[in-house]
Amino acid sequence: MSDFFTLSVLVATFASGVRLATPYLLAGLGETVGQRSGVLNLGVDGVMLLSAFGAYWTSLETGSLLLGVGAGLLVGLVMGVVYGIITVIFQAEQGISGIGIYLFGLGFSDLLFEEMVGTPTPIKSLPKYSIPGLSRLPILGEALFEHNLMTYAAFLLVPLVALLLMKTTFGMNVRAVGENPEAADSLGVSVGLTRFAAIMVGNGMAGLAGAALTLGLGIFQPNLTQGLGFIAVALVYFGAWRARGVMLGALLYGIVAAVVLQLKARELIPLEASDLAAMAPAVLTIVALVVVAGRIEAPAALTNPFSRH
Amino acid sequence: MQPQSSPAPAMSTVRVVRNLVVLLVALAFVAAACGSDDEEASNVATSECGTDSSFDEATEPVTDLSVAIVAPSASQDLAFTQSMVDAVAALGIEPQITDGTFQVEAAAEAIRGYADSGVDVVIAHGTQFGGSLAEIAPDFPETSFVWGTSSETQGLDNVFAYTPAADQGGYVMGTVAAAISESGTIGMVGPIDAGDAALYVDGFVAGAESAGANVNVSFTGSFGDVPLATEAATAHVGAGADVLTGTAQHVVGAINVASANDIPWFGTQANQESLAPELVVASQVYHWEVVLADIFDQVEAGTLGGEVYELTLENNGLVIEFNGCYELAEDVKNGALETIDGIIDGSISTGA
Repeated sequence: MSDFFTLSVLVATFASGVRLATPYLLAGLGETVGQRSGVLNLGVDGVMLLSAFGAYWTSLETGSLLLGVGAGLLVGLVMGVVYGIITVIFQAEQGISGIGIYLFGLGFSDLLFEEMVGTPTPIKSLPKYSIPGLSRLPILGEALFEHNLMTYAAFLLVPLVALLLMKTTFGMNVRAVGENPEAADSLGVSVGLTRFAAIMVGNGMAGLAGAALTLGLGIFQPNLTQGLGFIAVALVYFGAWRARGVMLGALLYGIVAAVVLQLKARELIPLEASDLAAMAPAVLTIVALVVVAGRIEAPAALTNPFSRH
Repeated sequence: MQPQSSPAPAMSTVRVVRNLVVLLVALAFVAAACGSDDEEASNVATSECGTDSSFDEATEPVTDLSVAIVAPSASQDLAFTQSMVDAVAALGIEPQITDGTFQVEAAAEAIRGYADSGVDVVIAHGTQFGGSLAEIAPDFPETSFVWGTSSETQGLDNVFAYTPAADQGGYVMGTVAAAISESGTIGMVGPIDAGDAALYVDGFVAGAESAGANVNVSFTGSFGDVPLATEAATAHVGAGADVLTGTAQHVVGAINVASANDIPWFGTQANQESLAPELVVASQVYHWEVVLADIFDQVEAGTLGGEVYELTLENNGLVIEFNGCYELAEDVKNGALETIDGIIDGSISTGA
């Protein structure tokens, strides 16, 4: 075990955890905005898959990672329009609609990949960018400041999303329509428009999460997310619908997974227990969710469609 | 008395012809013996650098039977599913395919659907489909089901089972990996400790250890989690591994880590050269067509199941495909060929 508790290994483990946490964080932050407005989106994983394919294919064809990120964002926004029409305009049941979006994303991204690419083909992945000065800090430098730009963007979005929700008029409207849409409506807030905008923000960030995933790996294959989007939705509950809480949940999930991988790589987990240990991040997240579940309150109007009539 | 013609000239001609035939046969044997030094056995192949090393599709189908494949991942996953799709194509058959059925329930519906629509042979390509097959196969006694990887047919008369002795190729590549590793540490990324993945891991570890190297194994708990496989490979590199290998569909991420760190990679299931043309040393490729051809013959003859088939180095169902773009020392490659011979003649045990 002493092999693990060395500075270099601990730093590498934390850095690995941060990398693993990035797509969860981006998707979770977006879903937080959506849920605070009262809209649950179980289709996050499907949006991520479509966005990941869009980002991958664009980068494969153009060689530009920036265009890839843009494509991922664009696909997320398009899916946001679709989900907004389904849930806000047609007021469809959100749980079922979300599952529909997920299945559409899963199947359509698979189809597009098979028709347009075929075999997994590596692309240039997002390069690491060492932040001048900060990356030379002892311990923290390597762990926190030697990542790709999408990772930095994800963590920068934590305070920005918190500010958006708590300090802006749009954020207040989002919270109002998520808690009591009738009251918000009586005060002149457009519930539909606010929810539609929140859905667009959420899906756009899911799009960025998909782009971060595929461009960080430098590869795409069918069902690349492996249910990552569903864990992101769970992390919103874990984080009590707050950006900071979602970040802590994503980091917990990522770091526990990284610890397990590092222990395995150093033969500190017996091969017989390897499969069991692989479940550790999910089990720990579930346990933490159970512990905090009683102390948190979801937005009161979550999953409730709004109609004046 | 009519004088008879002397037989001597005829006998002489026969003797000359016979001697010529013997001479030609002897020359053929000598030529074959001389040539054997240069030609590789059919359980070994070396790709020409820069060429597509994928399977050749047969022009004429070996059977008129209708065939369907239900598989868990994409048809072109460069791993488990592709090995079966390529094998059926190699027999000249155009199968119906339902791929990407990671969910067993979806696979079960596809298997039942194909059987219900009258397909002659349904290939359920995934160990995890066994439970569903036990329920479906008795409902369609006229349909032949081919299921793997498994070493048993579950007592069903219309189910053939197949399994690769993946430990054999794993052992061979383990010895090669140990020979090229300078640190003596090899990193391995696997999905779960079961099926052919477990066999490959066991064989590879035994082979590498027999040659003095240590293998660190990480099972990610998933067949398709690319981010986790990527980080697992990164952790191995951090722990000192200078050679990497892995199995299942998620290894595309681990291969990228090998590329980023200029580390040799060993593949299994399908040829993975296209993912890292300069770094894939060799791939153990499953040639399911070896057993499928026999299964189709049996089905045409009226036997729909009840037998278990195994891919081995001996029956050429397992082929070690060396990458022509990777400069492997001749003595190391010769050592691999000797290891293959040893496994086939039983003088080397893979320990699995």
